Amino acid sequence: MTDRKADPAVDRRDVAWWSDKAVSVLVFLGGISAILFIIGIFVFITREGFGFGEHFKAGEIFGSTRWAPTSDSNPTYGILALVAGTASVTGLAMLIAVPFSLGAAIYIAEFAKGRTREVLKVLVEMLAAIPSVVWGFIGLTIMNPLIIQTFDVPIGLCVLNSGLILGLMAAPIMTTIAEDALKAVPDSYREAAEALGATRWQVTRRVVLPAARQGLLAAVLLGVGRGFGETMAVLMASGHSINLPTSPFDSVRALTATIAAELGETAVGSPHYQALFMLGILLFAVTFLINLAADLIVRGIRKG
Amino acid sequence: MVTATPEIRVQNLSIQYGEKVALAGASFEVMPNEIFGIIGPANSGKTSFLKVLNRMDTFTPGMRFSGTAEVGGRDVRSWRNLYALRRRIGVVFPLPVGLPLSVYDNVAFAPRLAGVRGKAELDAIVERCLRRAALWDEVKDRLKALGSLLSGGQQQRLTIARALSQEPSILLLDEFSIAVDPVTTMRIEDVLKELKQEMTIVLVTNLVQQARRLADRTAFFLMGECVSVSPTEALFTGDADPRARDYVEGRFG
Repeated sequence: MTDRKADPAVDRRDVAWWSDKAVSVLVFLGGISAILFIIGIFVFITREGFGFGEHFKAGEIFGSTRWAPTSDSNPTYGILALVAGTASVTGLAMLIAVPFSLGAAIYIAEFAKGRTREVLKVLVEMLAAIPSVVWGFIGLTIMNPLIIQTFDVPIGLCVLNSGLILGLMAAPIMTTIAEDALKAVPDSYREAAEALGATRWQVTRRVVLPAARQGLLAAVLLGVGRGFGETMAVLMASGHSINLPTSPFDSVRALTATIAAELGETAVGSPHYQALFMLGILLFAVTFLINLAADLIVRGIRKG
Repeated sequence: MVTATPEIRVQNLSIQYGEKVALAGASFEVMPNEIFGIIGPANSGKTSFLKVLNRMDTFTPGMRFSGTAEVGGRDVRSWRNLYALRRRIGVVFPLPVGLPLSVYDNVAFAPRLAGVRGKAELDAIVERCLRRAALWDEVKDRLKALGSLLSGGQQQRLTIARALSQEPSILLLDEFSIAVDPVTTMRIEDVLKELKQEMTIVLVTNLVQQARRLADRTAFFLMGECVSVSPTEALFTGDADPRARDYVEGRFG
């Protein structure tokens, strides 16, 4: 009998061993690079934006609605109107998108059967893939005259228009994520509840929705992030005029759209240029806070 | 012998999943207040039979059945409100499914669906059901804890309490002791013997001795065929069917 322990042919680094090593290095590089890129972007934006410090007057920036960085005599950098523009458009979009997408997700995950469900899923995913400039185009050429006609207002490029467009854009993504969250609830819960005589809706409301609330919350917050960061469609549909909106028919300007429209026309390193980067920092910070909040809420739910 | 109306009556019941036949032409009756055992090897159509009784077949794509299946003298297909049928029938699954709710809410689930709102009334129902399932003493101090935090045996008794909460006239148990330790199994068996006074119990089990301990009569299912229905003892004496005796004596299966 051979002594197996001493046999050197058994203990040798074979192809499987080497490929395992190679793959683990590759995925490590892939994973770490994403983090490095994000840190890099953060450092870049911060460095460009912090030069604005010497012009930084908190009272003016957060208290004034006058955004006039190109004024020769009196350049002002009040972002209140821009923040209000982004907030109003995103808020309206969520008002539209949340009920529709949750409804769609509940229908697809809980009520639809067989072929209907499959067709709907594919359709929703296709909707999510429509480029944002196409949505902006719809806002500009279809919604604009429609709003002017229906509500008898002079301009159809407004909070209502861009909120609708943004809501329609965010809904498919929210639907897909919310549906995944509902599907992740084990079928045994549904069976157990239905065996107790619960109707489909009772099962959904009392068992599935509470069990899926983390995922549903994630879906909503992702939608908020999407609305907040969307640029092109908002730029095209909102009217892009600086305004504190008092009605849904007022034109507004969003933070993102401001950066997109103005950055190309500023001198690198000028106060205007740095002010735009400051807007970038603000967007970055808010998105970060939304994600952090979502994370904390989800953790809180898991604990309780 | 008094001739009572059978609580469950199946006549020539066949169940199919697509092309696959799960149960072929079974006919028998289950009397009120009896424990009716069903034994047989895996894939014999035992669970499928239970699914027909409370129309859980609607969850399973491709599942169809033909023949007669009556509960309380009425064909299960004639119910316009399936949910009302299911409320008459309590089901306990092989693996305990604690709904992601507290112990209290698990048991109060069905009564709440039925429209019971009063706190005192719900409290009374929850306590009664938990007592009947021999679980009250162990959980009375943590009714607000998540049901899924209980041990496996406690969870299974919780599902029994939950099944009882809708005051069913029939209790279906599908291999309830698979995930339960022997001591707890004995406790649940004692509970079942008492519940028999109030309802009809159908007990699908893999444990031949469990059927012997509990069941008044037992059906032996084999490969989708209902081979015999007899008083449980007859299985062991061979008076029912030689194949049944081979099975209970462990000669195949």
